[in-house]
Amino acid sequence: MWIYEKKLEYPIKIKNPNPRMAKYIISQYGGPDGELAASLRYLSQRFSMVTPQAQATLNDIGTEELAHLEMIGTMVKQLTEKASVEELERAGLGAYFTDHDRAVYPVSASGTPFTAAYLQSKGDPITDLYENMAAEQKARSTYEYLIQLADDPDVIDPLRFLREREVVHFQRFGEALRLVQDYLGDRKRVSMRMPDKKR
Amino acid sequence: MNRDEMLKALTAMDFYAVDMALYLNTHPDDTEALARYNAIVNEANTLRQSYEQQYGPLYSFRSCSAAPWQWINDPWPWQAQFNFTLGGDDK
Repeated sequence: MWIYEKKLEYPIKIKNPNPRMAKYIISQYGGPDGELAASLRYLSQRFSMVTPQAQATLNDIGTEELAHLEMIGTMVKQLTEKASVEELERAGLGAYFTDHDRAVYPVSASGTPFTAAYLQSKGDPITDLYENMAAEQKARSTYEYLIQLADDPDVIDPLRFLREREVVHFQRFGEALRLVQDYLGDRKRVSMRMPDKKR
Repeated sequence: MNRDEMLKALTAMDFYAVDMALYLNTHPDDTEALARYNAIVNEANTLRQSYEQQYGPLYSFRSCSAAPWQWINDPWPWQAQFNFTLGGDDK
């Protein structure tokens, strides 16, 4: 189960509304490489993961991603709450406003609603850990693009924090992959697990 | 320490613990890292207790509350006024 802690992992205190940035940043809420996909991916994969180290890694990174989801939702809220309808429309959020007002809803930057097709839970521990390493790199790239689009330190600071977490998670998944490869006795053929004929 | 200073210190300590815990998951035999983890968890718990006494519960169903029920008190973490500003050397 989970216990909610009534604080953010990293503070978000945005003074100036900026619906243009909100439209982009929401992709890390409900987009293809976003935090919702990340948390669901890891928290689902842990049920079929092997080795205590890799199971704990999925459990705990999946949990941290929920804290990141909260940070992204907080950024979208603070960037839009004081913006007028005209400002939202000028920033390209007219269609979003039609369906959601200033509520936070999981969509990508281009407006596609969240789908579980963004993630995989394959049942092969090696396959899943490679997927996760790729996912962390894709999220890191997205944060770098968002940082390029941003000009407000109140926005850039939390984006930089989140980018750094992707780097750390990639590292931890890489270590988990090595441990799982050792456990499965498949060090020479790192990309494949031998089929188990008995199953 | 005022509320912002306490929250900032607590956020920093908890982040240290989150990051060390992830490291320990794949390095469970690193006793030096484990000692640091245990030390920061204890330090954070002490600070968390004094924060909760002054500013109300931090944990859903793990924190006691004064009367009336304090959990519902504003602000919530997604509101700007809940959060502190990072300034100067912290950036």
